Amino acid sequence: MEINNSYLLAEIKTKFESDVINCDEQFGLLSVELSRTKILELLEYLFQHSDLQMQFLTDICGVHYPQKSGNEFGVVYHLHSLINNIRLRIKCFMPTDDTNIQSVSNLFSAANWMERETFDFYGINFTGHPNLKRILNVDEMDYFPMRKEYPLEDGTRTDKDDTYFGR
Amino acid sequence: MSQELETIKPNEKDFNILNLGPTHPATHGVFQNVLKMDGEIIHDSESTIGYIHRAFEKIAEHRPYYQITPLTDRLNYCSSPINNMGWHMTVEKLLGVQTPKRVDYMRIIIMELARISDHIVCNSVIGVDAGALTGFTYIFQWREKIYDIYEEICGARLTTNIGRIGGMERDFNKECIKKIRSFLNDFPKAFAEFSSLLERNRIFMDRVINVGKISAERALNYGFTGPNLRAAGVDYDVRVMNPYCSYQDFDFIIPVGTNGDTYDRFMVRQQEILESLKIIKNALDNLPEGKFFADVPEFFLPPKDEVYNNMEALIWHFKIVMGEADVPVGEVYHAVEGGNGELGFYLVSDGGRAPFRLHFRRPCFIYYQAFPEMVKGSMLSDAIITLSSMNVIAGELDA
Amino acid sequence: MSNVQDIQLKKAPPGLEGSGFFATKLEQAIGLARANSIWPLPFATSCCGIEFMATMASNYDLARFGSERLSFSPRQADLLMVMGTIAKKMGPVVKQVYLQMAEPRWVIAVGACASSGGIFDTYSVLQGIDKVVPVDVYVPGCPPRPEQIIDGIIKIQELIKNESLRRRNSIKYKELLASYGIQ
Repeated sequence: MEINNSYLLAEIKTKFESDVINCDEQFGLLSVELSRTKILELLEYLFQHSDLQMQFLTDICGVHYPQKSGNEFGVVYHLHSLINNIRLRIKCFMPTDDTNIQSVSNLFSAANWMERETFDFYGINFTGHPNLKRILNVDEMDYFPMRKEYPLEDGTRTDKDDTYFGR
Repeated sequence: MSQELETIKPNEKDFNILNLGPTHPATHGVFQNVLKMDGEIIHDSESTIGYIHRAFEKIAEHRPYYQITPLTDRLNYCSSPINNMGWHMTVEKLLGVQTPKRVDYMRIIIMELARISDHIVCNSVIGVDAGALTGFTYIFQWREKIYDIYEEICGARLTTNIGRIGGMERDFNKECIKKIRSFLNDFPKAFAEFSSLLERNRIFMDRVINVGKISAERALNYGFTGPNLRAAGVDYDVRVMNPYCSYQDFDFIIPVGTNGDTYDRFMVRQQEILESLKIIKNALDNLPEGKFFADVPEFFLPPKDEVYNNMEALIWHFKIVMGEADVPVGEVYHAVEGGNGELGFYLVSDGGRAPFRLHFRRPCFIYYQAFPEMVKGSMLSDAIITLSSMNVIAGELDA
Repeated sequence: MSNVQDIQLKKAPPGLEGSGFFATKLEQAIGLARANSIWPLPFATSCCGIEFMATMASNYDLARFGSERLSFSPRQADLLMVMGTIAKKMGPVVKQVYLQMAEPRWVIAVGACASSGGIFDTYSVLQGIDKVVPVDVYVPGCPPRPEQIIDGIIKIQELIKNESLRRRNSIKYKELLASYGIQ
């Protein structure tokens, strides 16, 4: 049995047919858009799957699409099956007023800080996370800096003359 | 007396709280560890990071693609060329650029030099933390030689900004090849002396064996990559699993440890230095002739003399700098084997001149969270040496 | 091997010289001694710290300038060398370290980030350490080369040599500290 992207997708679809919203393949990497309530279930399924054994969590990060109304915030998971050397990207989207998603930190210890970082940057609330607080920024910060509406600079720079930068 | 002591069970109020960092000299960077100590034994610990959070990912959303290279320099500044090339390869993957073999080989030479310099820093600092300063002062001269080579290639020492999207900014000159050759010639001897100072040194071995152990299973669960994972016995190397930049042309060994302790991490890095030397030698001997950049005028910044003397090159230069080159819409994840492990770039492009979203998978950030588990129950001085053997680079940790 | 003539004595400050004696101002003599025995506190956070390691190591050898001994404890340090980006989270720590140092103390900001924030004009980075502590010498570069760091040290030595012993009691100096909220 050759383990490739189509097999991987088929295996996901047998169990999560109705939850897979979208899927595509770019640069050889299968990308699956999943309804966010099923994320923990899917990762557990892939972790325990006897053929796939997707037991390595490469990365978790957030994305903000201000234009996509109803699906503004995305959480992107990168998984890797070291046995079969196959990677998978899973994306879950959620609206601005309800940024809750299940934490996977019980399944992967690595997810702990990745989720804290995503929370710090985007304010995505990982339910079930043992210690969800800011990690990189100061605790007093009252906004989520990576959201698109917030500026890069904080305006404290005094030695920069904007006329030379065409602004 | 001893019987009396045994009846005293450590309870909550008997613990000492010790602040290790953020400016502790032995932490080699700025991270704070609040340790709950029972005498000299670490009972529990909590890490606080973010002391040099510089918002790379936010800056990256405001900079055109070619201006992100200097940012990647400052991620893992011990091996910045690997970060530069990783970024270039990510963009090339998105743009669908095929680089000539010569570019690949040149990149491999530079990346492996960077790996050597990264491992030299880590291993000599392990020595320093074990009280052996000699190795550090000795081997650092050789790191300067690597910097000399960088200078010959790009003019900078540490934050190199080597290369362009689509190739290199200039070819290796004669002096550079000469310097690499002489490095390949002389370094192994000096390195052997460095190894003989530490590798079988009884005091050093007693100090590092069985210190900061982690099992392969836990290491995988914690997302370890690179030398730290290989020390635990998992032979995962991006260069072999997902070959990029023609690494498949080279024959090299992935050193693997058994215990996952500090000594194994040290030894894996030692062996990797030797393997890297082999790769460099091989690449230099077989360096193909040809152009040092891919034929993509719409993305590769033309050499400066052409910009001044050639109308077409000037137009392309202008177009690239003003961001008028069309970038395809798409998402790409590309990983390279950095000095510390799988350095990944997750790039979301919406067709604009700057990335819509760029996320760095920083190996340090991911494996540093295992530190409390690794030092639990060990002595304070063991925690220091575990930390230096993990090679946590603050710039990469905090992004 | 090195010739005896290679070893040079530091130039003596101006003074009166005769057979068997040399007289100069106390200030000058102390300045000379201080300048050539600086104990730096390396406050290395990022890339510039690695270049400082190179400065300390065998090729560039900072010890030639009397800074053989790095003082990792602020209590005994004369010179605070801030190398690398200082994030807003780190700002109070820099100030705390500065407060713990005893007078006379000097500060050198190594690298663009410590001097002005450098390329990181972002929400999380302090735009230059002179926002929290007074700085004597700025070393430009991203990162500066070891030669530049040494140049900065020499500049500091010049400052130390020529500093009045009473400078630290002057109203101007106290005002400077007060502007940073330091008593």
